[in-house]
Amino acid sequence: MEARLSHATIHSDFVKKVEELSGQDLLACYQCGKCSAGCPIVEEAEILPSQVLRLVQLGQRDDALHSKTIWLCASCYTCVSRCPRGVDLSKIMEALRQIVLRKNLDHVKVSELSRKEMAKLPPIALISNFRKFTG
Amino acid sequence: MKIHYYPGCTLKVTATQFESSAIASAQALGVEMLELQRWNCCGTVYSLANDDLIRQLAPIRNLIRVRNENGNAVTTLCSMCLNTLKSANLLINENPEKKRTINAFMDEEEDYDGGVEVVHLLEILRDRVGFEEVRGKVTQPLSGLRASPYYGCLLLRPEEIGIDRAESPTILEDLLKSMSAEPIDSPYKAECCGSYQTVDKADLVIEKTRDIVSWAARNKAQCIVVSCPLCFFNLDERQKDLAERESGTALLPVFYFTQLLALALGLGAEVCGFQKHVIDPRPLLSSKGFI
Repeated sequence: MEARLSHATIHSDFVKKVEELSGQDLLACYQCGKCSAGCPIVEEAEILPSQVLRLVQLGQRDDALHSKTIWLCASCYTCVSRCPRGVDLSKIMEALRQIVLRKNLDHVKVSELSRKEMAKLPPIALISNFRKFTG
Repeated sequence: MKIHYYPGCTLKVTATQFESSAIASAQALGVEMLELQRWNCCGTVYSLANDDLIRQLAPIRNLIRVRNENGNAVTTLCSMCLNTLKSANLLINENPEKKRTINAFMDEEEDYDGGVEVVHLLEILRDRVGFEEVRGKVTQPLSGLRASPYYGCLLLRPEEIGIDRAESPTILEDLLKSMSAEPIDSPYKAECCGSYQTVDKADLVIEKTRDIVSWAARNKAQCIVVSCPLCFFNLDERQKDLAERESGTALLPVFYFTQLLALALGLGAEVCGFQKHVIDPRPLLSSKGFI
């Protein structure tokens, strides 16, 4: 992955937007990787959770928003309870998802889900999935 | 004691056995759970975006319903309901301006003061009833039952919302011991099961289920004990999916803690709804002489 860094990307509107939506100080993270070490979905992720945060720190908008990791996150708060710097990564992941979802780009297409499978699922699963993955 | 009770949607649909066994067990322990006369879905997931106040209305509205019935506290069984109600309550107590905005928006409601305490039934059992009291009321000790407690995420995290230590909880173990069951500790007990990913990424949840269940089986657990209806679905249904893919997979029944409690208190299988389980727990229970 090639990253182009400049004063403009690091101070871009994208970075400000993530800070605003998440309420987090992105630069508080010193990349120790504890969030990635404890993340339950990390085996499926092509970019580690700590790397997603690094991409956001550096204003790498497209790489951060196109990463699978933000959709694998299940907001389980393990990273939040273990971060030595008090960074709430679950809120940063939510901010990234919201930036995509608010452009009407749903991650889950409800009409494409199997009816048979949906009939088995508890309401709690459907409601939470649609709240997290649709706009 | 009496306490208002917020069921949430899943307790009325796929997890009715959780509700029936909880209400009967609480009653036997002197706790009357009074279902709110009106309630709505809590939203299931707490909105983590700073500007998304509209999604805090559903949980706050339920807390207003508690106030409408002159309540100071409400109990829930579902970990996700606990999380949304308690998190929204904390948010407005820490942010007076957001509280004002939410109250102003819901001008058809009484202003909410932030004063309702949200407690999980497990906390009532630990802090108000006491596990020694539970032990004294047990008429059918679950001796010889090796049960692996599984907490998942939202009963424990975030830490300001959780009901026990995030990394090393013991509340389910302590309850199991009071019923003379044998808790089997697991490194996966506080690790996420994949949660709502079960809707569009079932394979991921099947892998998480494999980790959780196979560790328990290797360590000679005979069943898994949960408190969350989504953990229950994932470990029960997705375990069956796993077994269909791979022959020779051990099938471990999954219980809500209240089902085991109801059996231990001598309330019988009638309140436990075991027929709703995908992995039938009745052969295990009858082999132990509990039903």
